[in-house]
Amino acid sequence: MELHDVWFVLIAVLWIGYFFLEGFDFGVGVLTKLLARDRVEKRVLINTIGPVWDGNEVWLLTAGGATFAAFPEWYATLFSGFYLPLLIILVCLIVRGVAFEYRVKRPEENWQRNWEQAIFWTSLIPAILWGVAFGNIVRGVKIDAEMEYVGNFWDLLNPYALLGGLVTLTLFTFHGAVFVSLKTVGDIRGRARALALKLGLVTAVLALVFLTWTQVDTGDGWSLAAMLVAVVALVGAIGAIKVGREGWSFALSGVTIAAAVAMLFLALFPNVMPSSLDPAWSLTVTNASSSPYTLKIMTWCAAIATPLVLLYQSWTYWVFRKRIGTQHIADAH
Amino acid sequence: MDLALAPETLARWQFGITTVYHFLFVPLTISLAALTAGLQTAWVRTEKEKYLRATKFWGKLFLINIAMGVVTGIVQEFQFGMNWSDYSRFVGDIFGAPLAFEALIAFFFESTFIGLWIFGWDKLPKKIHLACIWMVSIGTILSAYFILAANSWMQHPVGYRINEERGRAELTDFWLVLTQNTALTQFFHTITAAFLVGGAFMVGISAFHLARKKHIPVMRTSLRLGLVTLIIAGLGTAISGDLLGKVMFKQQPMKMAAAEALWDGEAPAPFSVFAYGDVEKGHNTVAIEIPGLLSFLANDDFSSYVPGINDVNKSEQEKFGPGDYRPNIPVAYWGFRWMIGFGMTSLGLGMLGLWLTRKKFILAPGLRTGEDEVPNLVLFKRKALSPRLGKWYWIIALWTMAFPLIANSWGWIFTEMGRQPWVVYGVLRTRDAVSPGVSQGEVLTSMIVFTTLYAILAVIEVKLLVKYVKAGPPELTEDDLNPPTRIGGDSRDPDRPMAFSY
Repeated sequence: MELHDVWFVLIAVLWIGYFFLEGFDFGVGVLTKLLARDRVEKRVLINTIGPVWDGNEVWLLTAGGATFAAFPEWYATLFSGFYLPLLIILVCLIVRGVAFEYRVKRPEENWQRNWEQAIFWTSLIPAILWGVAFGNIVRGVKIDAEMEYVGNFWDLLNPYALLGGLVTLTLFTFHGAVFVSLKTVGDIRGRARALALKLGLVTAVLALVFLTWTQVDTGDGWSLAAMLVAVVALVGAIGAIKVGREGWSFALSGVTIAAAVAMLFLALFPNVMPSSLDPAWSLTVTNASSSPYTLKIMTWCAAIATPLVLLYQSWTYWVFRKRIGTQHIADAH
Repeated sequence: MDLALAPETLARWQFGITTVYHFLFVPLTISLAALTAGLQTAWVRTEKEKYLRATKFWGKLFLINIAMGVVTGIVQEFQFGMNWSDYSRFVGDIFGAPLAFEALIAFFFESTFIGLWIFGWDKLPKKIHLACIWMVSIGTILSAYFILAANSWMQHPVGYRINEERGRAELTDFWLVLTQNTALTQFFHTITAAFLVGGAFMVGISAFHLARKKHIPVMRTSLRLGLVTLIIAGLGTAISGDLLGKVMFKQQPMKMAAAEALWDGEAPAPFSVFAYGDVEKGHNTVAIEIPGLLSFLANDDFSSYVPGINDVNKSEQEKFGPGDYRPNIPVAYWGFRWMIGFGMTSLGLGMLGLWLTRKKFILAPGLRTGEDEVPNLVLFKRKALSPRLGKWYWIIALWTMAFPLIANSWGWIFTEMGRQPWVVYGVLRTRDAVSPGVSQGEVLTSMIVFTTLYAILAVIEVKLLVKYVKAGPPELTEDDLNPPTRIGGDSRDPDRPMAFSY
């Protein structure tokens, strides 16, 4: 295994970390409309992710930075090619971050309602668009001999990629509902479980179609194994939430996300961005990667920093381990 | 092609707008994180309530500000790929690494511990909670270091080779990239300039309240902390600026010649106070100068030769082929002056403020004030300023807030525009760095979207800041004064509302 293969794996790990963590906080954002019965419940939901959403988002920035450093060609083609979808995602992430911080800073109802709307939409839209983006990466897009994306915005909205978007949306919302059941007390906890069950079933159907489609199109033995893990874990997560084992369900919905992302990356390997025009023009782990020297330095950095990050981020979850309910939300600020 | 719509023109405008905007929040974040941490340390050590109230007050303003810094920073991580894909392909092997280091080491630090700090008041023992804000502060400073190392490489590329076969620059010595003198002096200069912003921010807001005789104990302490910060940072900025200038005279003589509108080399070279020139013909029509000073800034003596714009342009033409290697001279010239002018004015006002509000030194006993009194403004030993002059001082102190921010923005505009036409000095031209596959319509769309969004957010942010500035430091509650002793919070009452919730 050469260093650029290691970095392919590490990039996959960063995306898994991102979708595992921000997956449930996107889900919680979407649930503010689906689950909360009143404004106080909305606040309970938002506060389940309050201390952690910012740290979760850094997994994306790190995935971006690491792709730049380890696979500059991939970074360049991907972000210049998927220009408008990325612009929409960036706008959403900007508004979303401000919404969390500023919503509570004024007491006026209008002010708070507007930011609540913002939290819903800016969680929903990226949750879909990331699926669309990865669908397109795996399926292959129009890349020319110069590694430039030569398709247009509408090319990205094909059925396979759009299905991918629905899968990430439902999967993240399911993952979020399970997270809420794990982090709350009172009435909302029971409703989160019930909703998770329904969302889980919808997710299962969509995910099964999408992953099978992927497997048939670009899969191999390894991706099939990852797909089976994803499917079994998803079924397990649904079963666990049905019998009220919230912790298990959350762990298993996490495994589902990890295995599904792993499957996409396995289906991709050794390409990083296949060209639908000519396979010879595809970006691969070799023609898109940095020099061995850069990769070596990056490997050292990742080997030391990543375990530390996991350690102190886990500690954060432990500090805020108590469940919260409507009684924990102070009225005035 | 119409120059206004050349691909690199739009991409440059977008980078300029988003980056200058981002950097309005960055220096305040860096300095306020450390200053808030300092105040909280004072609270933990002395248990004086004024320090805790100050921590909460400045901490809140810090949070309103850092939220904007964080979200506008997301764009920075991705726009190299979006608008500058050829740049990314050419330099990613080198430039990507410090960016990835920044994310892995600094961003994770900042954003994880900021969450712990915001929500941790009733979840963490006092000292651990204090450690969290220090971690945030360390994160902001590390972040600055890595991104400045990356920028320094664009100013003065080192530790690389050109791989002809792959058509790109490749890293050969990462340690050199991190420790070259450009990176170290830029870091020194940027950090001191950041504290200039934070110091002035504290001075301005404290002055606002003291002029109204409100929240005196907290604001008196804050004023003093702000003034001392402003002076130390101001002196640091001047020293680091001088060092950085000397580095730049060697590494980018064109930038410094443009900064001085020095068209033809001279020995000794004068420092220009005012100049109005003809760029086409390459000379000044009006010039007011201080003889010899530029030689001193460049080489520490009053006689040595400093090359001019025309000389450097000629030598670069010989080296890199025909073309115009001059940046926008008026922007470089005036940017340089506004940077120094606004920065040093705030230092001067800080020194004046510290003198006027001194506690005892050469001060008649009758004019000394206690902890809960507004300090008298005393110029000479026995006589306080007249109420009218005093009022003016507080107003000027309030306006001082803006000066370092203006200086910071112009500093960046100067150093980035002064490097043109290069994006990586001597290696890659800006016009060769843009994304060839991105249409002008796309760039224009994103520019309009970001500019509009940023303008709206600026209004919202400033209004919020004003609201919380006017509200003053909060009263302390029982819970504030009795922080938990166990991690995760004491289990006194399981239904107790959270100390802070969104």
